[in-house]
Amino acid sequence: MTPEEVLEQAVTPANVGFVIISAAMVMIMTPGLAFFYGGMIRVKSALNMLMMCFVSMGIVSVLWVLYGFSVAFGDGFGEGNGGGIIGNFDFIGFQDLLGLDGSGDVMAFALFQLMFAVLTPALIAGALAERVKFSSWMVFITAWVTLVYFPVAHWVWGAGGWINTLGEKMFDGEYDVIDFAGGTAVHINAGIAALAAVLVIGKRSGFKKDSSMRPHNLPMVLLGAALLWFGWFGFNAGSELAVDNITALMGFNTMVATGMAICGWLAYERLRYGAYTTLGAASGAIAGLVAITPAGANVNPMGALAIGLVAGVVCAWAVSLKYKLNYDDSLDVVGVHLVGGLIGTLLVGFLAMEVGGIQQFVLQALAAGAVLVYTFVVTALIAFAIKATIGFRSSDEEEAAGLDQVFHAESGYDFSQTGGPVSAAGVTAAAAETATADPGEKKVDA
Amino acid sequence: MKLITAVIKPHRMDEVKDALQAFGVHGMTVTEASGYGRQRGHTEVYRGAEYTVDLVPKTRLEILCEDDDAEQLIDVIVKAARTGKIGDGKVWSVPVETAVRVRTGEVGPDAL
Repeated sequence: MTPEEVLEQAVTPANVGFVIISAAMVMIMTPGLAFFYGGMIRVKSALNMLMMCFVSMGIVSVLWVLYGFSVAFGDGFGEGNGGGIIGNFDFIGFQDLLGLDGSGDVMAFALFQLMFAVLTPALIAGALAERVKFSSWMVFITAWVTLVYFPVAHWVWGAGGWINTLGEKMFDGEYDVIDFAGGTAVHINAGIAALAAVLVIGKRSGFKKDSSMRPHNLPMVLLGAALLWFGWFGFNAGSELAVDNITALMGFNTMVATGMAICGWLAYERLRYGAYTTLGAASGAIAGLVAITPAGANVNPMGALAIGLVAGVVCAWAVSLKYKLNYDDSLDVVGVHLVGGLIGTLLVGFLAMEVGGIQQFVLQALAAGAVLVYTFVVTALIAFAIKATIGFRSSDEEEAAGLDQVFHAESGYDFSQTGGPVSAAGVTAAAAETATADPGEKKVDA
Repeated sequence: MKLITAVIKPHRMDEVKDALQAFGVHGMTVTEASGYGRQRGHTEVYRGAEYTVDLVPKTRLEILCEDDDAEQLIDVIVKAARTGKIGDGKVWSVPVETAVRVRTGEVGPDAL
């Protein structure tokens, strides 16, 4: 549903309430993602991974008020028109929005969409695990949402977005690009950005060699996956922005496609590696959720099962590609989000109820291809720019010492009865000089 | 005096402890250890990547005893720890120069 349609609707308390609850559910996905990723990291950099996700809630919330919402969705509510590429700059700082008729609907919509803008850059963090400077990561989030996410969200969902209106131009509205909740704008977008960024940044030292790189806390991974799954009902069903038949169908398909994807991933693992892994079950769930995201409102439950099965099996295979092609997508953002996003976005071209067929597939492929090309190029440029100026990677010594100590001055866990290396005499008020020191220059106990 | 060190399978720890108590040993120090000898580790699979985990979890216990007891004590540990399968561990002893009980200041065999 476009923002214009949102405004045309009467403000109904049920819909506003539903959208705000959905927004809260999508909000929990970012910490959920942090746990999902954090558990897969070595102990010494686990907090860093959690923080790479969590800080997105800080940065993007601020940018959203300043200009993000206006750039992504402004043309649905104001005079300005960015020609299908961006929204406008009419609502910088949000003041003018509060005076509109139906501002309750608009504010709920803005809150809901903010959560998507927070989650999408956080998804990329998994690919860059354990080897980037935290300050550079924050610069990356700022540049990436500004130059990539806000425009691409406009293309796909904005009132005048060129992908959103592509079907009108090509097929007089007989067919429209289907991306209900973010196959292109969120998952293909984050997945291809992750690929571009890891190609610029390079591999962790020890990639493919160091056997300590296995997940440190799989129960936490499963907990994170469960929080993501829960929140995803808000993400998917909430994207209807109202309570109706589509909302229920989307919620239902979100459940069953995900269940099917777990079965698919586990079957693949059992046949190929001989074990049903917990990480596989968690990963299969995410793959299914990703794939049903663009498609769930347009397929019947059997179609949802088909999408879930393909996503589970193909993503289980795709995560091994990085070892063959030799790129360190640490937590498989490419294998799960890019591949899963493509599966859902392309399959719905054929499986969509009523409109499925070659015309629909062409539209889907054009939308996916445009995001692939644009996001890959712009993300690579951003990553190169950061690398050339402030530097993107932490040093090898910092990577070996663990980024928790280097960038956050903390340890994630303390299970030692003796308090580990901290003695009572060692606890003092943090001196001003250490608090302001450049973390990069601190002594590292490697 | 002798220091006896045993590295054994963790699940045999209870049997070893019971046998030592029956023998009359009053104290010991136990730590979690990891390592390998002839027994090698196992393989774990995470998203299609196989990791060889070659350090196997073991339990390490240390006991101070008088010279005359050492041989018998080692025998007790070996019998209680044995499963007959690879990875049962090792027991060894080394001479100890001195020992002091911290609370009383007793020295030598009195400190045991």
